[in-house]
Amino acid sequence: MALPARSTSSLIASLLLALSLPLAAEQTSEEAIAEYHAMFGDENPAELWQLRGEELWKTPRGPREVSLEACDLGKGPGVITGAYAELPRWFEDTGKVQDLESRLVTCMTTLQGLPESEVFAIKFGDGERKSDLEALTAYVVAASRGSRISIPLDHPAEKAAYALGESVFFYRAGPHDFACATCHSESGKRIRLQTLPQLTTKEGAQAAYTRWPAYRVSQGELRTMEWRLQDCFRQQRLPQLKYGSDVAIGLTLYLARKAEGGEMVAPSIKR
Amino acid sequence: MPDPMRIRAVMMGEVVDVKILMSHVMETGQRKDADGNVVPAHYITEVTATCKDKTVMSAAWGPSVAKNPYFSFRFKGGAKGDKLSITWKDTAGGTRTDEVTIN
Ligand code: HEC
Repeated sequence: MALPARSTSSLIASLLLALSLPLAAEQTSEEAIAEYHAMFGDENPAELWQLRGEELWKTPRGPREVSLEACDLGKGPGVITGAYAELPRWFEDTGKVQDLESRLVTCMTTLQGLPESEVFAIKFGDGERKSDLEALTAYVVAASRGSRISIPLDHPAEKAAYALGESVFFYRAGPHDFACATCHSESGKRIRLQTLPQLTTKEGAQAAYTRWPAYRVSQGELRTMEWRLQDCFRQQRLPQLKYGSDVAIGLTLYLARKAEGGEMVAPSIKR
Repeated sequence: MPDPMRIRAVMMGEVVDVKILMSHVMETGQRKDADGNVVPAHYITEVTATCKDKTVMSAAWGPSVAKNPYFSFRFKGGAKGDKLSITWKDTAGGTRTDEVTIN
């Protein structure tokens, strides 16, 4: 039986509507976030973390009662301007390639004499349970605004860390047999309503890397790259990524190198 | 003690443009934690702005304001160099006052 012409076209119309809905919903959610950003103008709640981080950096703390102002983040003791744009890097004193977060841990334990258990007590803050590491990271990263990412990979250990990060990025594992690359090596793809960031091109890596840490509106918290990576491990259904581990630092170094030359704008604001 | 606010106050012609970021959990009292227990309400109820001993703005807030609130308003009668003081009070008896110079 042939359907009357009118209802056929309305059927097609409603099919088209159904097909275009996910796209429309995506635009609305991204537009809503853009609108939210516009409302803030230059203000970003990340500044609250920067303020607290500055205080933590400058206040004498720990059993040794010293501030972190003698902490060497790679550009000499106390130099924070542009330091994040050159991390992760090799540190002679620890004999390790370190990212900012793990380097801050080194300074808090060696300079200030704080026990590691205390430093790691709150890695990722939640409301009143504030993370000193997140606050310090926000403060230090903000001092790299306008600096260009520079990861020369001069030291053999840096090359090795990069190679580790690269191999993890493409290593398929877990119940879905996903690699980071499964979700992050094509543009214009999305999962649920989130656009999947393309991380294997220079432009894509720069757009992503230069904007972390970020204030996550959905959590009302500032999150750092260590958080971003462990959350993607979770999305990939892998075992929990260890904070400051070789894999976390290797992946960070891999992404930073991919973003070479990008201008830091973080802390930014994310959905 | 609660964390400091981040306040900016700048002259825009005749009016003072004020932008404030506050550090606060703004718990609604409607949420449950992982163990199913209600997270007690804890939010800002009152915000006041004072300039030259005059209240230039006062606001009554409820549980539907976002975590780490961003608040902006404008007022007349302030001038460059004047001090502006902002105070909030919350349901748990917490309060915080911060001051800036208008520029
Ligand atoms: C199942 C898909 C999936 C896998 C696998 C995955 N991610 Fe992600 N990743 C996402 C999604 C979705 C987002 C964006 C989330 C959002 O918008 O909040 C994201 C965001 C990111 C970001 C931030 C980009 C930006 O622009 O803000 C980085 C960096 C990242 N992932 C790295 C990784 C790394 C490294 C791995 C491998 C360990 C990985 N991801 C594995 C889905 C995935």
